[in-house]
Amino acid sequence: MQPTDPDLLSMEGINKSFPGVRALEDARLSVRRGEVHALIGQNGAGKSTIIKVLTGAYRRDSGSIVLDGQPVDFKSPQTAQLGGIATIYQEVNLIGLRSVAENVFMGREPKRYGLIDWRRVNTDARQMLADLGLDIDPRRPLNSLNVALQQMVAIARALSMNSKLVVMDEPTSSLDEREVETLFGVIRNLRARGVSVIFVSHRLDELYAICDRVTVMRDGRTVDTRLISEVSKLQLVSLMLGRDIGEVVRGGQTGFSASGRQVGEELLSVQNLQRRPVLHDVSVNVHAGEIVGLAGLLGSGRTETARVIFGADQLDSGSVSVNGSPARIRSPEQAISARIGLCPEDRKTEGIIPQLSVRENITLALLPRLARNGVVDVQKQMEIVNRFMARLGVKASGPDQAVRELSGGNQQKVILARWLCMNPTLLILDEPTRGIDVGAKVEIQSLIAELAREGLGVLMLSSELEELTEGCDRVVVLRDGSSVEELAGESLTQDRIMAAMAQGSSPEEAAHA
Amino acid sequence: MRNAETHAVGAVRPAPVMQWASRNGQLIALVGALVLLMIYNVIFTRNFVSIQTLNVNLTQVANIVIISVGMTFVIATGGIDISVGSLMAIAGALAPTFFLTPPGGNHTLGLVLAFTLPVLLAGFFGVINGTLVTRFNIQPIIATLVFLIGGRGIAQVITNGTVINISDPQFQFIGLGKPFGIPFQVIIMLVVVVIAAWVLRSTVFGRYVLAVGGNEKAARLAGVPVARVKVLVYTISGLLAGIAGLIVIAINSSADASLAGQGIELDCIAAVAVGGTNMAGGSATISGTLVGALFIQLIRYTLLANGVPDAWSQIIKGIIIVAAVYLQLVRRPSRS
Repeated sequence: MQPTDPDLLSMEGINKSFPGVRALEDARLSVRRGEVHALIGQNGAGKSTIIKVLTGAYRRDSGSIVLDGQPVDFKSPQTAQLGGIATIYQEVNLIGLRSVAENVFMGREPKRYGLIDWRRVNTDARQMLADLGLDIDPRRPLNSLNVALQQMVAIARALSMNSKLVVMDEPTSSLDEREVETLFGVIRNLRARGVSVIFVSHRLDELYAICDRVTVMRDGRTVDTRLISEVSKLQLVSLMLGRDIGEVVRGGQTGFSASGRQVGEELLSVQNLQRRPVLHDVSVNVHAGEIVGLAGLLGSGRTETARVIFGADQLDSGSVSVNGSPARIRSPEQAISARIGLCPEDRKTEGIIPQLSVRENITLALLPRLARNGVVDVQKQMEIVNRFMARLGVKASGPDQAVRELSGGNQQKVILARWLCMNPTLLILDEPTRGIDVGAKVEIQSLIAELAREGLGVLMLSSELEELTEGCDRVVVLRDGSSVEELAGESLTQDRIMAAMAQGSSPEEAAHA
Repeated sequence: MRNAETHAVGAVRPAPVMQWASRNGQLIALVGALVLLMIYNVIFTRNFVSIQTLNVNLTQVANIVIISVGMTFVIATGGIDISVGSLMAIAGALAPTFFLTPPGGNHTLGLVLAFTLPVLLAGFFGVINGTLVTRFNIQPIIATLVFLIGGRGIAQVITNGTVINISDPQFQFIGLGKPFGIPFQVIIMLVVVVIAAWVLRSTVFGRYVLAVGGNEKAARLAGVPVARVKVLVYTISGLLAGIAGLIVIAINSSADASLAGQGIELDCIAAVAVGGTNMAGGSATISGTLVGALFIQLIRYTLLANGVPDAWSQIIKGIIIVAAVYLQLVRRPSRS
């Protein structure tokens, strides 16, 4: 390595596996001196993993990391910090009750006669913040500042440690527009001093506002690194999703089939849904026997929309009608009595009760109906469990096996069974096939199609374009918390979905951008 | 296969007996240890094999078991209740008022009130515990600390800071009576254990308790009334502490608000932990709690009967708890 090497950081051939999962496969990332470098990708693309490998939170299986011309191998985030890499997390990990200045210098306070020199702590901290263009009283407790300013303090701390590289993991996700501007001011300031920044964000607009280059990751691999000025939003979306623009995709890649579906009465109508800060204006409706897709990039408000409809979160404004009459659904219990079910995106944290058996997991929502005077009718319970385990093909040693011992696909079937045994009219499926092996995936997809044929209304949230184009009768695309386009019939193509996710420009113009 | 917990699906599973054994490993080990301890005592402790020894041990452990049952429910939801000792004291302090100066001079009515109102009051304080935990989102240990400290104050206000002496054979039957030679509180203990085990296993509420402790978010999304379930477990814990409060004043023939139930919360938590209930919630065993309490009791008795000072038995109790909790950690599959 020559000293004139423009790269501050160069990660090559990084591999990292967890039991059963290859999280990173030959991943690369290189960052130049004084550059703001965006890192983007869908959920599970490997962004967080590569950052954790860089900062020593995870140990890599193989691959090389060169920082400032020297091969490095950080064993913990603390040693990475000493080596010049600072990480600013979404949730600021400083100490809220201590002062701003203490947080900046924690562990390295200037001393005088063996005691902490508080006057210098405060004046130095004030100077550092002023250098970032911020006027904050360093003696204030950190938690008296808003999240944006707390992030600035974290950045000041990083600078005070002579960091060469600052990693920001979704720093803007909880900031409002003005706060984002302040943050960008500070980032430009860092760049001017020759500090490099890795910037993880889902908001494509922000990348164009602040970044120099962008690296796209998908399925644990580095797809491409480009100058941001030379790549369009649509191209970024197509790189993230792994679909070329204009690519002709043959049908039959999924287990869906649209034949024999009869669209019936309107089951659900959602108008102008708003829930700050994520949802601004979402409208979508679902009829009986219809599969409606909800598409959008990470952070576009898909999951939030599902949660509001299901009553898990409350809406700020907007209206929801169920079966043609206005409904106020304020809790999952009320949604369930309105015969709506929700299979959440994250099975592990929001779906299964891991210690309980398959039987108990399937009948959890149904229990009140299975009981006489509060006592569960075990015979009735077993009948239903057996029926739905058979219908969905749940592979388990028996109904009494703990659900955590099942594979992801079978866990998902258990959650589906939990709702199907309620005999719902509307089912909301948030990423129903994510993280499931191919066989189980096709089974679940054909099951969904079959249910729709029987008259069930389905609202399906998915990041997989095939699932949306092959599985859905209509697709509503969300961008930045608003529904921006509805596609059906001839216009329901992968290109159109990607274009709407990106910015609503037509595929042709974006392709030539 | 995506995750570390995944087993080979459809693989041959062991016979039902072995399944039961593997699921109840800690209980079996505990019963084994209990039996060994008994054999040791039969050989080395003088006069161990006698009805009297049995009754001494059972009467001493009954209160701990009764309260531990409530504690098991609370811990199964992922909570903890450290106010039980003070709620005991409150119930014990309130009860004598009713039969010492019965309303309208009606002694029977006084007895009825003495057996019901103090227990209901303790249950009501349990409702407050549960409300603090759910409505105000206070950590269980802090929420119940309020009554651990304040509750004893309330008890002392009720007794005016004095020790109230009791001599009422009808009331004291709850602590001193021996129908068929069995101490009455032991019968209460067994009834409580049987009912609780049935509730946990067979009722909707019991299933909800485990669901809330196993994965609160998922339980809520499945329509489980999480707040109501939590309030109810603290209420049960309060009610059972109230019953124990009546038993303890009956045994002692006096209501001492400053001493009744002092420190019993720790014995109960220990019994639940040793019994094999997951301290993080999600799985619970009432029979385990019973055996855990019996085991701790027998250890203490064995050491005492063999002339080992109580200080040592406390140290050994501590070691047993560490071992029990460690066993839980080892047996639980690792989660990434």
